[in-house]
Amino acid sequence: MASENNVTTESYFPDGMPLPAPMPDGLDAPFWEGARSHTLLVQRCNPCGTFQFGPEWICHKCRSNDIGWARCSGRGKIYAFERVWHPVHKALRDKGPYLVALVELPDVGNVRMVGNLLGDPQQDVAIGDAVEVVWEDHQDVTLVQWRRLPVK
Amino acid sequence: MDYSIKDKVAIVGIGETRYYKAGQAPISEFQLALEAIQKAVADAGLHIEDIDGFASYSDDRNDPTRLAGALGIPQIQFSNMHWGGGGGGMAGAVGNAAAAVVAGYAKHVVAFRALAQGQFGRFGQGHAGARVRGAAAYTAPYGLMSPAQMFAMRTQRFMHEHKISQEALCGISLASYKHAQQNLRAVMYGRPLTREAYYNARWIVEPFRLFDCCQENDGAAAVILTRADRARDLRHTPVYLMAAAQGTGYRQWVPAHNDPDYATSNFKTLAPRLYEMAGISPTDIDVAQVYENFTGGVLMSLVEHGLCDADEAEAFCTNGNLEWPNGKLPLNTSGGNLAEAYMHGLELVLEGVRQLRGDSTCQVKDARVCLVAAGPMVSPVSNLLLRN
Ligand SMILES: [Zn+2]
Repeated sequence: MASENNVTTESYFPDGMPLPAPMPDGLDAPFWEGARSHTLLVQRCNPCGTFQFGPEWICHKCRSNDIGWARCSGRGKIYAFERVWHPVHKALRDKGPYLVALVELPDVGNVRMVGNLLGDPQQDVAIGDAVEVVWEDHQDVTLVQWRRLPVK
Repeated sequence: MDYSIKDKVAIVGIGETRYYKAGQAPISEFQLALEAIQKAVADAGLHIEDIDGFASYSDDRNDPTRLAGALGIPQIQFSNMHWGGGGGGMAGAVGNAAAAVVAGYAKHVVAFRALAQGQFGRFGQGHAGARVRGAAAYTAPYGLMSPAQMFAMRTQRFMHEHKISQEALCGISLASYKHAQQNLRAVMYGRPLTREAYYNARWIVEPFRLFDCCQENDGAAAVILTRADRARDLRHTPVYLMAAAQGTGYRQWVPAHNDPDYATSNFKTLAPRLYEMAGISPTDIDVAQVYENFTGGVLMSLVEHGLCDADEAEAFCTNGNLEWPNGKLPLNTSGGNLAEAYMHGLELVLEGVRQLRGDSTCQVKDARVCLVAAGPMVSPVSNLLLRN
């Protein structure tokens, strides 16, 4: 899945933005470890096969606590998106507009993930556009970003 | 439904401070709370000593124990905070106060909200910390952190699903601003909004422009509830609660925007319960007060309360239906959060009471039933049906 052109060390945002960290209780550690090794993981219930994201301690469908992790292809489609003009974080003061996408992942039960849509912030975007994951590596954590795939 | 609060409780007093632009109140938030409560008690024709219960929401900082101490209230018999951030608990606090009255826990309960954000942290600001954990870890690093940013995403999806343009949001904003021009309490009194100015205003986050977003204000508001049989002896026409509901739908607000039903104001499970308790239908509503955090939430709330069809929502919001005096369903007749003041929506309950007393500055002729909806798109949300 993760060819080298799906990896970037160039940050979408200037320095100073908050970065993610695993929860101290370990619930989402596998997700962030997966991202670190450029593998997109979501929870899958072992007994009933239900996918869920974000992580939970039990399956919301059958309430089993026997939950594993499934690998996603990293291909998805835009479920919703927004172009942000007014920054609320001091690190973004001179950033200008940026794009946030909510991506639906069909091969893992249509769970959704948020990321930036890389490229020109003024690009034409439509709900339903196909996207693929891009790994944005930071010193000790990796962000899950998205890039539009060319229309076939 | 014989086991409910229906018609058993009335709002008998309303009070508010002057409403200020954010950071401009000359007195503390606590003083603002005291002033609004005292005014509501006076409006009811009650004495401060009659108050024996408090209800609020959204982590109000003004603790009933401190308020009661300062006011010299003989005893507290009920004190309650509705869970959830944002304004989702505005109607819920009133509903909880009503429940306390029906249960006999307390006789005269005040539901209140005081806000002076300049004296504390402001809403709408990003995370300051270098690391974020839990649900915020999936959103904040991508610049999705403020309420506007959280709700624009849902609104975008809703507008896509129902082919609704910005015109609908503009119509909602114009109605609130128009109504505020009649209302001397309104912070936006004397500052009318035109369609052109709406479109010339800067984007905050698409599809929201500046005038799609609520104000931030300093002030306080309060209402007093008591049993219907006591209410009739007090100063004003009692405004009865026909119904109150609070809650949330299936897996709403699970992390990273994974709510199974995403493009919703979150009233789909509440609205049917509300109408069932009241024994009325949407066509019985004469006037509506719908919390505007952002216009997109109002749009969805109107649809989910059965006041217009999703696929006809744009026409409904742009044909003057929302505007007093000629519209079919005058909306936010005081100016609401957008243009009267952002008292976290509690000012909408006060306006509902005014409409049913016949005291509004945009008085709907022969108004009998008012809907109040709180907190669209958050979880939990809440709503009320009021009658005279
Ligand atoms: Zn399961």
